[in-house]
Amino acid sequence: MQLHLSPKNGVPLYLQIVSQIKYLVASGRLAAGDEVPPIRVLAEQLLINPNTVARAYRELEIAGLLTKRQGAGTYVSDTGSPLAWTERKRIIEERTTGLVTEARQLDIPVEVVVEMVHEKFWALSASQGADKEGSSNE
Amino acid sequence: MSDMKQAAGETIAEVTRLSKRFGKVIALDDVSLQVPRGGVFGLVGENGAGKTTLIKHFLGLLKPQTGVVSVFGMDPIRYPEEVLGQIGYLSEDHDLPHWMRIHELLRYTKSFYPKWDDAYAEELRQTFGLELDAKVKNLSRGQRAQAGLLTALAHRPALLLLDEPSSGLDAVVRRDILGAIIRTVAEEGRTVLFSSHLLDEVERVADRVAMISRSRVVLCDSMENIKATHHSITLHFDEPPAQAPILEGALAIEGRGKEWTAVCNGQLDDLKASAARLNASVVAQSTPSLEDIFVARAGRRAV
Repeated sequence: MQLHLSPKNGVPLYLQIVSQIKYLVASGRLAAGDEVPPIRVLAEQLLINPNTVARAYRELEIAGLLTKRQGAGTYVSDTGSPLAWTERKRIIEERTTGLVTEARQLDIPVEVVVEMVHEKFWALSASQGADKEGSSNE
Repeated sequence: MSDMKQAAGETIAEVTRLSKRFGKVIALDDVSLQVPRGGVFGLVGENGAGKTTLIKHFLGLLKPQTGVVSVFGMDPIRYPEEVLGQIGYLSEDHDLPHWMRIHELLRYTKSFYPKWDDAYAEELRQTFGLELDAKVKNLSRGQRAQAGLLTALAHRPALLLLDEPSSGLDAVVRRDILGAIIRTVAEEGRTVLFSSHLLDEVERVADRVAMISRSRVVLCDSMENIKATHHSITLHFDEPPAQAPILEGALAIEGRGKEWTAVCNGQLDDLKASAARLNASVVAQSTPSLEDIFVARAGRRAV
């Protein structure tokens, strides 16, 4: 499990862990039943206070994403999938807020933004399709 | 490992109204603070602010001129064996006997501590890659820090005191030191007190912070409270103010023209209300880093 924390970006470290683990679950990189590292191991890996990791895990347990098995570690909950959709949506919603705010500040009309999103979406889908067909041409 | 919450109210070390002057220079001015058991306590402040002087009082290396020092409930000067036997200490300049080889250093330090753990010492020696036959005087600065850290840790002290452990070291050794701090608190009940001017490191590992500036404690609180009660807000004025705006709750304000950014202490709603009284709109808001907060409070960098 690879997390990247930046202490300077203003988001509390435990929240960075929470949202990154949610993201890993939502994107399927962490599957139901997968074990997450013990608190102490993750704390040493990220070089942060173990209490910070413990707090993030507690939040994720309350959110139903992680389950602690008594004396046997912490695992991604089985009920991950219905939540994953809302979580995936929430992540994009957050980004959308930023996008819309900036568009308004820069005086870009919403129609133009929507058009840009469409274009980006199709361009990305097309290029990823090409990648999958193999790189034998190179 | 269960929660490593600090046992409620239990203090492992404290100073009360401690003052110290060297000649005409005031090193500590009426300093009071309490270090709770079982966490990481970060001591931050510019060079010469009094951090080392404070740490030396905890060790009984300095005698208070006024005020009281208590470690494990005892006066470290009256009960040096009881106090020092439970403290692991790494000094700022990592001073170790230069002529010794590593195996001699281990045997020598072990003789001071009945609770010395040979297996743990060996594990640390191998992790740090220290050769048994290497002489202390031939070690690099980083290796010397690692050797000092080893001797501070191997008796599994109840209180680990590190004075500027990372200063002047490369990233690899800094990682070792932070890792050691984390391992130490992860073992239940142990406490770390470390001083540093590297505020991003303190922000990562400390759960309590005391800021010392010009010999006084300017802020002492849990990291959580510090982050919750400090805000960075950017104000936008329709007309540029003639001079730097005075925002209630602001510790420092910077900017020019129509936009000014302030590091503030207080509730966000109150700050927004005081911004409104200045006819300014809040266009951006974030949680400042510990570094920003320190600079705003001390009025200068922690270097």
